Amino acid sequence: MTSRLVVVGHGPAAHRLVEALRERDSAGRWRITVVGEEPRTAYDRVALTSYLTDGADLGYPPHDESVTVRTGERVTAIDRAAGVVRTDAGATLPYDALVLATGSVPFVPPVPGAENAFVYRTIDDLDALRAAVATSGDLTMSRRAAGVVVGGGLLGLEAARALQGLGLDTHVVEVAPWLMPRQLDEGGGAMLRRHIEALGMTVHTGVGLDRVEPGAVRLAGDVVIDAGVVVFSAGIRPRDDLARAAGLPVGERGGVVVDDACRTEDPRVFAIGECALVGGMVYGLVGPCFTMAEVVADRLLGGEARFTGADLSTQLKLMGVDVASFGDPSADALDVIYTDPVAGIYKRLVVSDDAQTLLGGVLVGDASSYPTLRAYVGAKLPGTPEQALFGGTEAAGGALPGATVICSCNNVTAGTIRAAIAEDGLTDVPAVKACTRAGTGCGSCVPLVKKILDAELTAAGVEVSKALCEHFDHSRAELFDIVRVRGITTFSQLIAEHGHGRGCDICKPVVASILASLGNGHILDGEQAGLQDTNDRFLANMQKNGTYSVVPRIPGGEITPEKLIVIGEVAREFGLYTKITGGQRIDLFGARVEQLPEIWKRLIDAGFESGHAYGKALRTVKSCVGSTWCRYGVQDSVALAIRLELRYRGLRAPHKIKSAVSGCARECAEAQSKDFGVIATERGWNLYVAGNGGMRPRHADLFAQDLDEDTLVRYIDRFLMFYIRTADRLQRTASWLENLEGGLDYLREVIVEDRLGICAELDAAMERHVAGYSDEWRAILEDPEKLRRFVSFVNAPGMPDPSIVFEPERDQIKPAMVEVTR
Amino acid sequence: MTETLASAPAGTGTLAAPRWTAVCDYDDLQPERGVCALVGDRQVAIFRTYEGALYALSGHDPFSGANVLAWGIVGTRAGLPTVASPMYKQVFDLTTGRCLDDPAVSVPTFRVRRAGGRVEVAES
Repeated sequence: MTSRLVVVGHGPAAHRLVEALRERDSAGRWRITVVGEEPRTAYDRVALTSYLTDGADLGYPPHDESVTVRTGERVTAIDRAAGVVRTDAGATLPYDALVLATGSVPFVPPVPGAENAFVYRTIDDLDALRAAVATSGDLTMSRRAAGVVVGGGLLGLEAARALQGLGLDTHVVEVAPWLMPRQLDEGGGAMLRRHIEALGMTVHTGVGLDRVEPGAVRLAGDVVIDAGVVVFSAGIRPRDDLARAAGLPVGERGGVVVDDACRTEDPRVFAIGECALVGGMVYGLVGPCFTMAEVVADRLLGGEARFTGADLSTQLKLMGVDVASFGDPSADALDVIYTDPVAGIYKRLVVSDDAQTLLGGVLVGDASSYPTLRAYVGAKLPGTPEQALFGGTEAAGGALPGATVICSCNNVTAGTIRAAIAEDGLTDVPAVKACTRAGTGCGSCVPLVKKILDAELTAAGVEVSKALCEHFDHSRAELFDIVRVRGITTFSQLIAEHGHGRGCDICKPVVASILASLGNGHILDGEQAGLQDTNDRFLANMQKNGTYSVVPRIPGGEITPEKLIVIGEVAREFGLYTKITGGQRIDLFGARVEQLPEIWKRLIDAGFESGHAYGKALRTVKSCVGSTWCRYGVQDSVALAIRLELRYRGLRAPHKIKSAVSGCARECAEAQSKDFGVIATERGWNLYVAGNGGMRPRHADLFAQDLDEDTLVRYIDRFLMFYIRTADRLQRTASWLENLEGGLDYLREVIVEDRLGICAELDAAMERHVAGYSDEWRAILEDPEKLRRFVSFVNAPGMPDPSIVFEPERDQIKPAMVEVTR
Repeated sequence: MTETLASAPAGTGTLAAPRWTAVCDYDDLQPERGVCALVGDRQVAIFRTYEGALYALSGHDPFSGANVLAWGIVGTRAGLPTVASPMYKQVFDLTTGRCLDDPAVSVPTFRVRRAGGRVEVAES
C-alpha cells in the first residue's frame, strides 16, 4: 500500500529529502509530490555567485519519474483536519505526511527606502540584480558605478564578490565591529578585511544603515556612498507563515517548532531546513539542513534517526582567501595566536587552561590544518598547541579522535571503524571495507584504515599479523628474502611451499614485483602474466572507462623536435587525448587494448621506449635546464638526470620511484619532493632521499653532500636496492624511512659504512639490473604469443569494445560515461 | 537476465535447453588469466582456474561501469575462486557472481563448458 508525501518547497533540503527517500524506499511505500513556487526545480543555492559571475548551471539532477514536481506553484494553506494542502493554482493535494521545506527570506532592515534594495537568495533575485547593474551603468556614465552590500557575513561577502564581478565599485557595510562576526574573532575579522581591501573593495564596519536614497546610501553619522545598487544580505528569517496559519507552534523569533525527529506537534507534519526551529536553533548552513532531510527520510520509513545538533565549523574560500572556524572560538580559555601581516595569515587556537585540550579556533589566510584541527576539538592535542598551529596534527591512526572523518568519500569516521572492528570482530582490511564502506571510494584512506585496525587489534591483545594477506603469513620483506635466498622463480612454487590457496590481488602483484626486481625475464612471460596488477597486465595505465594511456620515456625531460612531432602524429592518428605530465613527459589517453601494439610500433620505430608509467618502478628523473643554458646553473643537471633515468629505468620496486636533479640551489626541479633527489653544488652533488609529493608530502632528508658523480650513483644504487629488499607492500621511500628503525643515521651506516656487510651484494644486484634491462614493449612486439593477448574480445580479435565512447571537450576527446547504476 | 545459476560443468542437464556458443579454444585460456568474449551483444569474462575449472561472469564491472572484469586478478578467498575488479579492486565470487566486498552487489553469471577442445558459453 502506498502513502502520499507532499513536500512544500523545492530547495536543497527538499531535494535531498526526496533523493534520500527514493534511494531507500525500495518497497515504494511513498508516492511523492513536491510543490515549489520558483519557476524552476531545485538548484544549488550555495553556489549562487557562480551563476552570476560564470553563468554556471546550478540545477540539481532531476528526481526519478515517480516523483511529481509542481514548479511555479505556491501552497497557500494547510488543512490539517482534512489532511490536504491547497495551492494558488487551485489544486487540493491530499497527504499522509507533509514536509515543510519553505526555507527563509532575507532580512530587510526597516529603514526608509529599503523597498528599492535588492536581496540575494534566488536565481530570480540575481537576474533582477544583473538587470539593475546594467541600467545603473548607463545612468552614471561619468564614473564607475558603485554598489553597496549591507551585511558583512558569509552571504554578504558572497554578494560583494558578485557585485565586483559585475564591474561595480563595491562597498561592504557591517554593523558589528568586524567582518563575519558570527564565525571570526576580532583578529581574524581584521585580517580578512585586509585581504578584501586588497581586492579593491571598501569596508565599513561598526556602522549602521540610516536610509537608502535614489542613487545613494546614507550610513549613520552622515556617511554617504553614491551607489546605484544596494543589496541587503544581513541575515535570514524562517518562512513559517504556512505553519503559523495552520495553528502549528512557531518560535518567538520565527521558525517552525520541531522535535529531534524534525516533527511538529502534528505527527503527520515535519519541517526541515531553514524554516525549522530545532533544539531552539534555526540553521542557515547547508550541512545541517541536509542532515534534517536525512532524518525525515529515515523517519518516514519507520527509522529512529534523530537530529542532535550540528557542528557549525566552517571552511570556505572567500574571494580566494581561506577562512575557517571550528569548535567554540569564543570559549573563555587560553588563546594561542599567530599573526603574519605580510603573508596575510591569522591563526588562533583556543585551548583549555592546561593547554591540553583543543576547544576551538579561527584560521584566516591558511586553512590547511583545518581538517585535523577540527577533528581534535574536545580532545587532547597530541603535541603542544604551537605544533598543532604549524604542523597540523600528524597522528597515528590509534590516537585519532572518534569524530575524525577517515573516508571522506563515504563519510566514515574513526569511531565508526573502531566500533565495527570491536562489535563484529573484524581482523582484516577487506572485512572493515565491507562492513563500514570505508576505503571503497577512492581508496586513499586504506593505509589509515589499516593503522586504525592494527592499533585496535593490538589494544585488544590480538597479535597484529604482519601477514601480507590470507595466502601468506609473511611480510613483503620476508617474502623477498625467501624468493632471493631459495632462488624461487614462480608464484606457484612459492605459494605451494610457503603459502595457502591460490593468491589474490594483494599478494600476486607483490610476488610479481619481487620476481621482477630479482630479474626473471619479461613480466608477461608464462605464469607471471597472471600475477600482474591492472596496469602491468597490458603495460599501460587503465583509465576510468576501461581505455588505457600511453607514456613513452623522455629521459630527463629532454626531447628533440622530431620526436615531439612523432608523438603528435601518433596522437592525431589514433585520436588520443594528450596531456603534459608532472614528470616532464607526455601522456596519450584513450587507447583501446587492441591499439596499444600499433601505437607502440610507431613509437619504437621513432626511437622511443616504455616509460613504465604503468609500473611500480622508476618513473622519471626530472631536471631543470642546468648549467648548459641557465645563467645560474653550476652543474649539468640534464646530463645527470638522463644518466640516472637510463640507469634505473625498468627497476621494479615496492612502489613507484620518482627523482629529480636540480642544477643549482634554486632547486627548480623540485628534487626535495622526490624519492631520491640531487641538487648541484659548487663542489659536486648533494643527495636527498625519501621525499614525497602527493597525498602526504614530505621534504626529503639530506643524505650526503658534495659527492662526485660516481659516489653519488653508488649511494643511489644501494639506497634503491636496500629499499626494494626491505620495504612493505606499496610503501614509498618516505614512509619506509620513517618506519626504519634507526632512521637516517642507520641508513647512512648501511649505505656509506656498510654496517650490514651487504653493500657488495646490493651493488651487484644493481649491476645485474642495468645489464639485464631491455625494453618491455619492444619485447611484446617481437613475441606473437604475447601480442595476441592484446585484444578486447578473444572471439573477435580486431573488434573494439563497443561500449567505449568519447565526446569532444576543448578540441580533444574525453570519456563519455554512462551513469553507473548498482 | 534470467541466467543466474552458477556455471555448470559440461554435460549437466538443464530444464530449458541452453544455446551454447563456442568462443575460443580451451588452450587459448591461460590459467588464472581471464579473456573477454562477445556473446550476442553481451560481454562475457571467462576464467580458467589453476586447477582447470571454467567460470564465466558478465564482463561489466558494476562499480565503475566499464567492461573490464576479464582483466582482473584471479585467485581465492577462503577457498572460493575469485576475481578482483582491476578498476577499484572489489572481489567477486566466480561461482555465484556475488561481490564479497559489498554483498548488495552481484554480477550475472553465464554457463560455460569445455566441448572437445573448444570453450562454449550459454547465452542467457
